[in-house]
Amino acid sequence: MSELLQFLFSGLTVGAVYALVALGFTIIYNASDVVNFAQGEFVMLGGMLTVSAYAAGLPLPLAALIAIVVTAGIGVALNKLAIEPARGAPVVSLIIITIGASIFLRGAAQVLFGKQIHRFPSFSGDTPLRIGGATILPQSLWVMAGGIAVFIALYLFFTRTLTGKAVLATSNNRLAAQLVGINTNWVMTLSFALSAAIGALAGVLITPITNTSYDVGIALALKGFAAAMLGGMGNPKGALVGGILLGIIEALTAGYLSSQYKDAAAFVIILLVLFFLPQGLFGARHTERV
Amino acid sequence: MRLGPKSTTLLVLAALIALTPVFFPSSFYYRVGSLIFINGLAVTGMVILIGYAGQISLGHAGFAGIGAYSCALMPVHWGVPVLLAAVLGALISAALAWLVGRPILRLKGYYLAVATLGFGILVYMVLMNEAWLTGGPDGTAVPDSGLRDMAKAIGINLKNSEFWYWFCGIVLTIGAWLALNLHDSPTGRALRALHGSEIAARTVGVDVAKYKLQAFVISAVYASVAGSLVALQNQFVTPDIAGYMHSIEWVTMTVLGGAGSVLGAIFGAGILTLLPQVLTRFAEYEQLLLGLIMMLVMIFMRDGLLPQVLRLIRGKDQ
Repeated sequence: MSELLQFLFSGLTVGAVYALVALGFTIIYNASDVVNFAQGEFVMLGGMLTVSAYAAGLPLPLAALIAIVVTAGIGVALNKLAIEPARGAPVVSLIIITIGASIFLRGAAQVLFGKQIHRFPSFSGDTPLRIGGATILPQSLWVMAGGIAVFIALYLFFTRTLTGKAVLATSNNRLAAQLVGINTNWVMTLSFALSAAIGALAGVLITPITNTSYDVGIALALKGFAAAMLGGMGNPKGALVGGILLGIIEALTAGYLSSQYKDAAAFVIILLVLFFLPQGLFGARHTERV
Repeated sequence: MRLGPKSTTLLVLAALIALTPVFFPSSFYYRVGSLIFINGLAVTGMVILIGYAGQISLGHAGFAGIGAYSCALMPVHWGVPVLLAAVLGALISAALAWLVGRPILRLKGYYLAVATLGFGILVYMVLMNEAWLTGGPDGTAVPDSGLRDMAKAIGINLKNSEFWYWFCGIVLTIGAWLALNLHDSPTGRALRALHGSEIAARTVGVDVAKYKLQAFVISAVYASVAGSLVALQNQFVTPDIAGYMHSIEWVTMTVLGGAGSVLGAIFGAGILTLLPQVLTRFAEYEQLLLGLIMMLVMIFMRDGLLPQVLRLIRGKDQ
């Protein structure tokens, strides 16, 4: 029993990160119909930039803040320089552009930070807490709290603020949103900034546990995508549930089946969801208009 | 006599393969040449999938892995002759492509990209983890194919690198010829129709699912043969051949040269294969450059480099 609880704890921790990545996907997908394959690189950048700022002598909270702001800036640059000029391009082109962006960011990180593994200390020490026979790191609680806080903040933003409603309107119908005076280009920029910042926050929270290196982004992007699909593409609630489910499935796979193939769990889920449940758990059915 | 575009393409390709060695100062260049041809072959398959049918795959290196490891494992474990193993590998790739392609190809765009990516990574993971069979990350040796000895027996005595240059060149020419034939066949027209609009194609009676699956299977066979060629030439193979970056490189080569044309894509394969050789001093910038090329080509030259250049030249003529 305590073993299962232990797996659940580790599943919830990584699941919260997948949920944050999936939320990032969802925000950009809703605003622009683009699936941003560079989403995982935002997580990598969040961790890496914090490492550098912290190593330069800044206090950890300030280093993390700087990392998140800079990553948000990179997200905006990605939108302005690569996504906006390609507006109206076929999906295949957009896939290649965002994958190109992900490889570019990865290559830049390799040049700037080197190939070695980096880390910075946990926020509240490394003494594990004992709960019901299992142990959990304080940092894991930070990760879960971060996931929940972001979700609540996004919920309030999208339902209670005018700006949030403008983003929702744009995702519903871009043209109609433009007609009622919403600056949809600005909404795009905001979405990329928001999504990059959320990714970077996930990177800041998880790095003390998993460490980071220049090449962690792609696996995270894929798992975040799997989570978003499991929950239903474009649905924030789905992203949260999908992320946590995926994290738990992965932890159980590693615990009871094979730790070597725990990464395979995400891809098997992607394939199963695509075949049997293409709309995901919470997704809306939609038909293509001709 | 006026040559059609198909014959012109093949002649240009054959002439490039035959004449370039005149300028080779050392045998190292033969090796780079054969590498270009192998990538060119895989990319020719990608042209059928991306350029003709308008589908994407980010997992084709998985099929190359199957082709390569077939050559390595079948002769050792089951005593299959190496060349037969390459053929069997291609058949396995085709069967697997058919099996996973059927459900996957119902998907579009992003979903297709992620599903194929997942497939490629699964193959890579198996090659990495099942060390008892595949040798794990260290790779495994591939028995000598005996092709060079066969060539010797009929009086063609070449150095190893030269032999593989010519052999891969011939295989590439055959592959390009087949792909060009496909372009103008009923299947090719159906593929291009569904590329334009699946719904329109379906309305005029094209079995969209069937043709997409065909394109996927054919391109998987190309990738598998390319993988086998790498294994046969190097007589050694590591899981990297099935790696994610390898799939991405092939997609980049395809769109860089021009996904719509076989010659363009081979041209793209040539550029991207040469780039790391030329920029050895900048090896750490390789990924950075690759990513940059992908973005720039897709934003500014959606048809690819070669069509763009040709358009410039023709524009000046008029």
